[in-house]
Amino acid sequence: MKLSEAAHIAWEAILKNKVRSFLTMLGIIIGVAAVIIMVAISAGTEATIQEQITSLGSNLIFVQGSMSRGGPGQPPTGGLVFDDAAAIEDGVSGVTSVVVEQNSSETVKFGDVSFDDVSILGTTSGFPSVRDMELADGRYFTDKEIDRKQKMVVLGSAIAEELFGEDDPIGQVITVGTTKLTVIGVMEEKGIVGTTDYDSYVFMPITVVFQKFTPSMFARIMGDSIRMIYVEVDPDANIDDIITQVELLLVKRHELTLDTADFTVTTQQDIISTQESTTSAFRSLLAWVAGVSLIVGGIGIMNIMLVSVTERTREIGIRQSVGATPDDIRLQFLTEALMLSIVGGLIGILVGVGGAYIFGALSDMRTVVQLSSIALAFSSAAIVGAFFGYYPANQAALLDPIEALRYE
Amino acid sequence: MNGKRKIIETMDITKVYGMGDISVAALNGVSITIESGEFVAIMGQSGSGKSTLMHILGCLSRPTSGQYFLDGEDVSQLDKVQLAGVRNRKIGFIFQSYNLLARTSALRNVTLPLLYDHANPKSQEEADAKAEKLLDMVGLSGRINHQPHELSGGQQQRVAVARALINDPVLVIGDEPTGNLDSRSGEEIMNLLHTLHAQGTTIVMVTHDPKIAAHTQRTINLLDGVVDTVVHNGVKNKKVQYETV
Repeated sequence: MKLSEAAHIAWEAILKNKVRSFLTMLGIIIGVAAVIIMVAISAGTEATIQEQITSLGSNLIFVQGSMSRGGPGQPPTGGLVFDDAAAIEDGVSGVTSVVVEQNSSETVKFGDVSFDDVSILGTTSGFPSVRDMELADGRYFTDKEIDRKQKMVVLGSAIAEELFGEDDPIGQVITVGTTKLTVIGVMEEKGIVGTTDYDSYVFMPITVVFQKFTPSMFARIMGDSIRMIYVEVDPDANIDDIITQVELLLVKRHELTLDTADFTVTTQQDIISTQESTTSAFRSLLAWVAGVSLIVGGIGIMNIMLVSVTERTREIGIRQSVGATPDDIRLQFLTEALMLSIVGGLIGILVGVGGAYIFGALSDMRTVVQLSSIALAFSSAAIVGAFFGYYPANQAALLDPIEALRYE
Repeated sequence: MNGKRKIIETMDITKVYGMGDISVAALNGVSITIESGEFVAIMGQSGSGKSTLMHILGCLSRPTSGQYFLDGEDVSQLDKVQLAGVRNRKIGFIFQSYNLLARTSALRNVTLPLLYDHANPKSQEEADAKAEKLLDMVGLSGRINHQPHELSGGQQQRVAVARALINDPVLVIGDEPTGNLDSRSGEEIMNLLHTLHAQGTTIVMVTHDPKIAAHTQRTINLLDGVVDTVVHNGVKNKKVQYETV
């Protein structure tokens, strides 16, 4: 029997039992669609993260303080201080700018509107540039205003809207904690970066934060504590070289060694690598889940093919009586199983690609359909069909013609 | 029968079902010869072994011992695949219950054996032309696209006759071909078999109906797995074992 004839017989058998064929295919359809949608979601998430990270500006080094606990009765020591930033800017070659940030959280009030636990970010003037943020309205504070500890704020887009609605916030005075500050600018909407929602932040000169919100009795001795230093480096400079210089400078200033350093230095590349390993783990987990549903679909095919072989015992007997060999019968049923899984696979591709687009359009998650996932899902479906179709087909092939002809 | 070749020649064939102590011999040494162009009936009560003999003659199963030459070829030791090939090339079956494929046109039912003719593949056009000719011969030229459920029992059996002839078999085997039919349809089928016989087709028919058996030239009566009597043209030769060398 030629393959084309086997395919024709298989197709007719599938059409004779449309509902059952569809239900049998459903497992494969779901499995294939799941693989495509899952991979599309994780690829979309990955692409979004990549874009966010690159939007933070490249050639950035993050120096983050890691406070060590003091001994009994001793204050916490270490961490970064404000003067470290100036030291890096002056002492390390290849650094184009340095930005410092310290944060706190306070109650913010304007008129009758009041919000508790609003994130306060004290920064220096270069902050919008290193984080790749724009101002929607007004301006950011200058170095001079920072030196003078001017009481001014720039609002994130979300908090600005919450406080002022449609009104113009520029020139208005808001109360942060107990301090009154003048609004001089509003940020463009940024969206969530990593886990930080800058849109709900209030930005102010870092000196104001030191003075009003994170005063410390040790500040006079040790300097004002800060959370993070952003070091922007010359794109042509050797970034590893600069990291080493920064580390050596800081351990010397803090009178520590590299092993006991009270800060960590990371780069944009480190963050990208971490994200990539997280998403690839996520992706392989999804692939396994989808793979299991394909196997379940395959078992469904095997089940129905066994039923079909039993139901069609008489037909098998007739075919054998006119000269069908075991190979002919095996080919016929294997083709049928394969066709069920291939048709199921094709429908699954349509559902998966369509589902990924619809999901992407209806939710705020991005989906990117990967051609490789379509190929993988479809070939897995075909392999599953052949694998789970073989046993029933073999059962059919081994039937005794006399028994098969007698079957009622 | 001079100059005619032997289509069937069995030598002391037995068929034993089961194993060891509980084995049952369905055939206990049957030797028969049927030559080309003969029309022979095999009769016997149920349990006489006539179905078993028919299965062996039709290459649906193998004898436990003994030899069976079909058209000069020893088929008693062939494997499943080879037997399928022999059935495909040399034998046409007509079953009691027609055994047509459901929801398949008369034409496709008739061409079915050609699907499995691996040695001489025919084009769809050739196959269809031959099937249409045979369906015309059995008087169904107007119904080639009808499915079995759209045909009467007699018409279905005529489709089965056409199917049995599509591969130019050396032997047509009928298993109670009129058993499921009313007397008129049964008569039509018997007339058809007579026509085939007249054209030189070798036909072996299993039946329990003496009136149907009387249509044939020779009746082989089986009893308890052996040939009991052979009747030639209505002349009964009691206890004469039909022996050949």
